[in-house]
Amino acid sequence: MSTPPPPMPQTAAPDWQAAPGSPYPTYTSPIPVVRTHLGHALASEWTKIRSVRSTMWTLGVFVLLVVGVGLLTGLVVSSADPDMSGESPLALGFFGLLLGGMCIITLGVLTTASEYGTGMIRTTMVACPSRGRVLLAKALVFFLIAFVVTLVCTTLVGFLHVALLEGHNAKEPTGEEWLKGTLGVSLYVALLGTLSLAIGSIIRHSAGAITIMIGAVLAPLVIALFMFSSSLADVQQALFEYSIPNQMSIFYANSLSESGPSGWDPLWIMLVVTAAALGGAFALLQKRDV
Amino acid sequence: MIEAVGLTKRYGDKTAVYNLSFQVRPGAVTGFLGPNGSGKSTTMRMILGLDNPTSGQVTIGGYPYRRLPNAPRQVGALLDAKAVHGGRSARSHLLSLAQLSGIPARRVDEVLGVVGLHDVARRRSKGFSLGMGQRLGIAAALLGDPQVLLFDEPVNGLDPEGILWVRNLMKALAAEGRTVFVSSHLMSEMALTADHLIVIGRGQLLADMSVTDFISANSADFARVRTPDTEPQQREKLSAAITEAGGNVLPEQDGALRVTGLALPRISDIAHDSGVRLWELSPHQASLEEAYMRMTQGAVDYRSTTDQKAGLQQPLPPGAQPPMPVPGQGQPGWYAPPPPQQGGQPFAAPQGVPAQAPAGPYGAPGAPGAAPGAPAPNPYAQPAPQAPRTPPGAAPAAPPAAPAVPPTAPAADLTKPEDAR
Repeated sequence: MSTPPPPMPQTAAPDWQAAPGSPYPTYTSPIPVVRTHLGHALASEWTKIRSVRSTMWTLGVFVLLVVGVGLLTGLVVSSADPDMSGESPLALGFFGLLLGGMCIITLGVLTTASEYGTGMIRTTMVACPSRGRVLLAKALVFFLIAFVVTLVCTTLVGFLHVALLEGHNAKEPTGEEWLKGTLGVSLYVALLGTLSLAIGSIIRHSAGAITIMIGAVLAPLVIALFMFSSSLADVQQALFEYSIPNQMSIFYANSLSESGPSGWDPLWIMLVVTAAALGGAFALLQKRDV
Repeated sequence: MIEAVGLTKRYGDKTAVYNLSFQVRPGAVTGFLGPNGSGKSTTMRMILGLDNPTSGQVTIGGYPYRRLPNAPRQVGALLDAKAVHGGRSARSHLLSLAQLSGIPARRVDEVLGVVGLHDVARRRSKGFSLGMGQRLGIAAALLGDPQVLLFDEPVNGLDPEGILWVRNLMKALAAEGRTVFVSSHLMSEMALTADHLIVIGRGQLLADMSVTDFISANSADFARVRTPDTEPQQREKLSAAITEAGGNVLPEQDGALRVTGLALPRISDIAHDSGVRLWELSPHQASLEEAYMRMTQGAVDYRSTTDQKAGLQQPLPPGAQPPMPVPGQGQPGWYAPPPPQQGGQPFAAPQGVPAQAPAGPYGAPGAPGAAPGAPAPNPYAQPAPQAPRTPPGAAPAAPPAAPAVPPTAPAADLTKPEDAR
């Protein structure tokens, strides 16, 4: 009872190949058989994501937007000789990242949905019948790429802004502000991209999934802007506070409102939403026909 | 070994595959035939675990595909050539698949060489022609050097050299003891490549037998007899004599007679005895294509009708004759020889050119305006095989297996065009 049953070798060939007395001729490949695992899928997804042009396009535009818009805001603000009155200069990085987030969303959706659009998904699923492994590898590879690229960009822009606004009565950012303005917001954007990847896997249509994601980013804010009725004030407030742009601005401590999420809350909110969407994507992937 | 048991797949209220059971054995090329929309690709997808069967199951080597250990090393598949991301180079595409299956990267260059895509390995597959796409798909199927291979329409878009290469490749793979399962609607190709046939129509099994058996069970060989056009009474006389001798006579449109149930020498003797001169006495042996057409004529989903251009034509000038429709259009069963009569004995006949060429792939001329009687244009420029697998001179006493489709008039009256009423 205490001894577990010996593990069944997964690599064992099916009976017809092992049985020498089989009534049918068989073929045995000279290429050694390797038991595949997540590492193989990760290598494969890395090859896939770096061998298509959409990756270079979206990430290129992302870097251009985040660094370019960041540089522009920094230059404009510093040339106006402002009085920052103790504000953190990191906050200026928000605008570029908000725009750049669209690129990450697009790449996230394309990572999964383009396989459906091209039919590649059938080839992939034949090569790896463990569907969950493919989706997990995609999510991991994409998350790491998005995170690293965003982290590099936000750090660069952060240093740029601090250097440009020195002597304008700007506050020297604290360690936590640095951490939230670079690592925190990068994790948030990478998670937003992973959410898009999950949506792409659920919707299976690039344009549809990108539209849904951009709508999810913009719609709450836009809808809230037009809620004039006082009876809807609470709803309007909640839409403002939990809209994705506002959640992102919380990392730079310039929230649109005083109540609502604060500190690292947006990261946890996004983590839960992404996990739920990925869970849904996994379940659907197992159940649906490819 | 692929084994399907009671395989059924429904999409909503449309049943794509119904209660399909068959086995695909190693060491042979098994052809998978059926008209468009008969469920071939759906069956292939279920074999590969892409679609879940509504009921029944299909296993490879005893395992459903999704639980098959080392699936990419056991099974290779070409599903459709365009199942690649066009923005990726051929090599990157294969490399990602090799990495996913734990196959050494060296193998990628090997298979690229095997399919002849060496020189374009670094080009994006978006720019590939249909044939190059097929080769890339075949490369992906061969990547794992698997025991079981599935090919869905492998010769689509290939040039004659490519078709020959695929044919030999299939045979070589089967000769190595592998299971090779090939779907196609190119009958001539299947006649040359396949050893065994599985035929489905409207998602149901129509036949599961060797190519030779299939042809002899589904073809109706007949003799074409032509008496002098100038003397119609001779024709009547011969018809009567042949019927008396136990043969069956069917008049053809151009005045010739189709005779079944009597051997050629016997017909000649009868004609001689009754004093009838013959202008033609020719054997007609069905090809695999005709046998297939006969079998599936009741199971074709997409049948063309006559292009009437109703209401669009100029009124005919008085006295002008409306043009005769091209024979075969909108007339299901036009191409099919009469069904074999029960107890009728298909006569022995040497191989002959089918006098009446089959029309387009699915019962209507492929190209509008094709001359009636001319061979259907083969887009692949294959030399038309003359059913080489039929042993010459073999006269099966009776069809060994009754055709799965009852040899009644084709149940296609509903699809008859209005002008045929």
